[in-house]
Amino acid sequence: MRAICLALLFSLVALAPAHAVRPDEVLADPQLEARARAISAELRCMVCQNQSIDDSDAPLARDLRLLVRERLKAGDSNDAIRTFLTARYGDFILLKPPLKLDTVLLWAGPGTILLLGALIILMRRSNGNNEVRSGAELTAEEGAELASILSSKDEAQRQAG
Amino acid sequence: MIVEAGHYALVLAFVLALFQATVPLIGVGLRDARLMQSARSVALTQFAFVAIAYAALTYAHVTSDFSLVNVYENSHSAKPLVYKISGVWGNHEGSMLLWVLVLSICGASVALFSRIMPETLRAGALGVQGWIGAAFLLFVLATSNPFARFAQAPLEGRDLNPILQDPGLAIHPPLLYLGYVGFSVTFSFAAAALISGRIDAGWARIVRPWVLAAWTFLTLGIAMGSYWAYYTLGWGGFWFWDPVENASLMPWLAGTALLHCMSVMQKRDALKIWTIFLAILAFSLSLLGTFLVRSGVLTSVHAFANDPARGVFILVILVLFIGGALVLFALRANTLQAGGVFAPVSREGALVLNNLLLTCACATVFIGTLYPLVLEAVTGEKISVGAPYFNLTFVPLCLPLAIAMPFGQQLAWKRGSLLGAAQRLTLAIGCEFLAVVALALVKGGPVLSVMAAGLAIFLITGSFADIGARALRGGGHVFARAFGLPRSAWATAIAHAGIGVTLFGLASTGWGVEEVARMQPGQTVAVGPYEVTVASITPGKGPNYDETVAHTLVRSGGVAITEINPSQRFYPVREMHRAEAGIATLGLGQIYMSVAEVNRDGSIDARLYWKPFVILIWIGALVMAAGGLLSLSDRRIGFAFVARARRSAAPAFQQAAE
Repeated sequence: MRAICLALLFSLVALAPAHAVRPDEVLADPQLEARARAISAELRCMVCQNQSIDDSDAPLARDLRLLVRERLKAGDSNDAIRTFLTARYGDFILLKPPLKLDTVLLWAGPGTILLLGALIILMRRSNGNNEVRSGAELTAEEGAELASILSSKDEAQRQAG
Repeated sequence: MIVEAGHYALVLAFVLALFQATVPLIGVGLRDARLMQSARSVALTQFAFVAIAYAALTYAHVTSDFSLVNVYENSHSAKPLVYKISGVWGNHEGSMLLWVLVLSICGASVALFSRIMPETLRAGALGVQGWIGAAFLLFVLATSNPFARFAQAPLEGRDLNPILQDPGLAIHPPLLYLGYVGFSVTFSFAAAALISGRIDAGWARIVRPWVLAAWTFLTLGIAMGSYWAYYTLGWGGFWFWDPVENASLMPWLAGTALLHCMSVMQKRDALKIWTIFLAILAFSLSLLGTFLVRSGVLTSVHAFANDPARGVFILVILVLFIGGALVLFALRANTLQAGGVFAPVSREGALVLNNLLLTCACATVFIGTLYPLVLEAVTGEKISVGAPYFNLTFVPLCLPLAIAMPFGQQLAWKRGSLLGAAQRLTLAIGCEFLAVVALALVKGGPVLSVMAAGLAIFLITGSFADIGARALRGGGHVFARAFGLPRSAWATAIAHAGIGVTLFGLASTGWGVEEVARMQPGQTVAVGPYEVTVASITPGKGPNYDETVAHTLVRSGGVAITEINPSQRFYPVREMHRAEAGIATLGLGQIYMSVAEVNRDGSIDARLYWKPFVILIWIGALVMAAGGLLSLSDRRIGFAFVARARRSAAPAFQQAAE
């Protein structure tokens, strides 16, 4: 596995030969198997780099796949299996980290940035609009000044013509 | 001897980079034209010396000179020639040398294709480019020397990692680096503009082709990497939200945002501060990507702490360049005057929305990628952030973006009408509904796939609504009018349609079929609309590997239509296995088969997929890149503008600039 991890560093895409789910692992009951695949896709193969146990060929991943299927056959719910695995291996095994004090920023980050960005744009907009509005209508003095400039220009043109 | 010459050339290139980093900038300060003009010849010479160094390393790889540590560790005399050449960048040292080579190519291109810009801007940009070059050349020489020798040369090398012995390695990194490092040019121009204090629509016009070029290459590089992963990894995935992939996605998102707000700056002289900030951000994210990939921090925070020389070096480069640029930005941003005003509902307004969503998407990838690293460094606790996180955060940001795209194209500059835009998009919206109904009836399947595919159809048709409307308006032949429209209008439409094409491919993954089976010769498995039969399983031998090939027939309704040969390879030097998928492209879909295991009884464990419309994912990226290239060829935007202006109006422009 270390070789694969190193190979990852040598390229800019994630690469590892995959063997993943074997025919002998597949459960007879298609519904249970579908649940097993769904759960596996969200569990990390902990000796690999960012691979789910569903995609990994590592022996550990195979053990975990079999374990998930065993628990399913024993009648555990999806949540019970996840709880069982996190008790054993910690949050590291979950590809979707649970919302905790540690991960508040992780989960709240994108939304907060979107809101802040929108807020900044709106505030800048309202400033900009004020400028537009103040520029849109002339005060009485400005109007008079403009009229005198225009008329003087007209006169100049007439004289030149 | 040749190798030593290469090493020496690299040292000389470093000295030249130092010259390039100082003298032209002093020239800018003193307003001395001769000092400023030196930048061009130095940039070209620096490129020549880096190229010599690179050629020397390639020579050592091709001739299998195992007295070089780098060649010994990553090559083998029996390796095919193409992988001896591409293997040069299939390792840390060679890859960094390629990075520096691409950087010097960028510098040389600026020197060659920039005759009409103000002298101060060119000298400033090349000066900043010199600083980047000097920093990374020093990094290569000090921590990652590819020319290190053994006192006693081994007889045989350790071969290149089998996963990298693939045409993908030959194409993917150079394209990716041209994009990644290409953003250094934008960064340098931004820094030069901040130094000189002149930032206007003219700056945007000069810099936009460089952004377009880098963006086009990065698009192709990412797509190529994704397809490589798809066919090499053997389970048909094409994007894994792996930090290494995210490292290239972040500059792409920032670059896409930059491309769009640059058009606002060029046309309306607005959003200047933001454009400069994005120009800095795009390359900063490229640097961050280099740090993530090259420092070893991804393998483990501890591995990084144990051998920190490389990581800390890049981290220092990162902090100095990003920090320096941001300080410059903070000092000068206030002096920029706000440009043209616009109503919220307008082309500018739509592009602001585009930038908001793209920047947030970029920030999301940033948070998801770095959070586990930072958390482990701070608290020691390890968490994993994988695909489920990004599906919940990144995807919801992209959907409104996709919906808004055709509307944005329809809005007029300064003040637009949403109702009018919707009216002009009636046809596209109609197509979307038809597609949704048709797909739901014919394909059924996941609701999300049907909706996303409908959205894709809306995007594709909506992208061309503007061109269609303009072609139908007024007299003359419709096609003559359509092709008479400016290339930039076509470029926008094509690039946007490319996103739609990719989206359709992504949506179609929901209709895919997967089978896992143990197969004996003669056995047939039904995969979607096709039947797949293993005809025979035979051993084979390649130049530096042994393999077991499953000769397999693909049938449709009992008639054989094509043959695929998935194999399981074993590379004895590294004692590693590699699955070579068998892929048959049928229409826009693919039958994909990979041999997971060869069992003792002669059977194979195989994974088989039917992936309808899957190649649209990458065709879409090609279409986007085609849009980028078309835009580059538009004389008002791209390099053609530069060339033409050089011929006709160069003296006048220079006078105006001075």
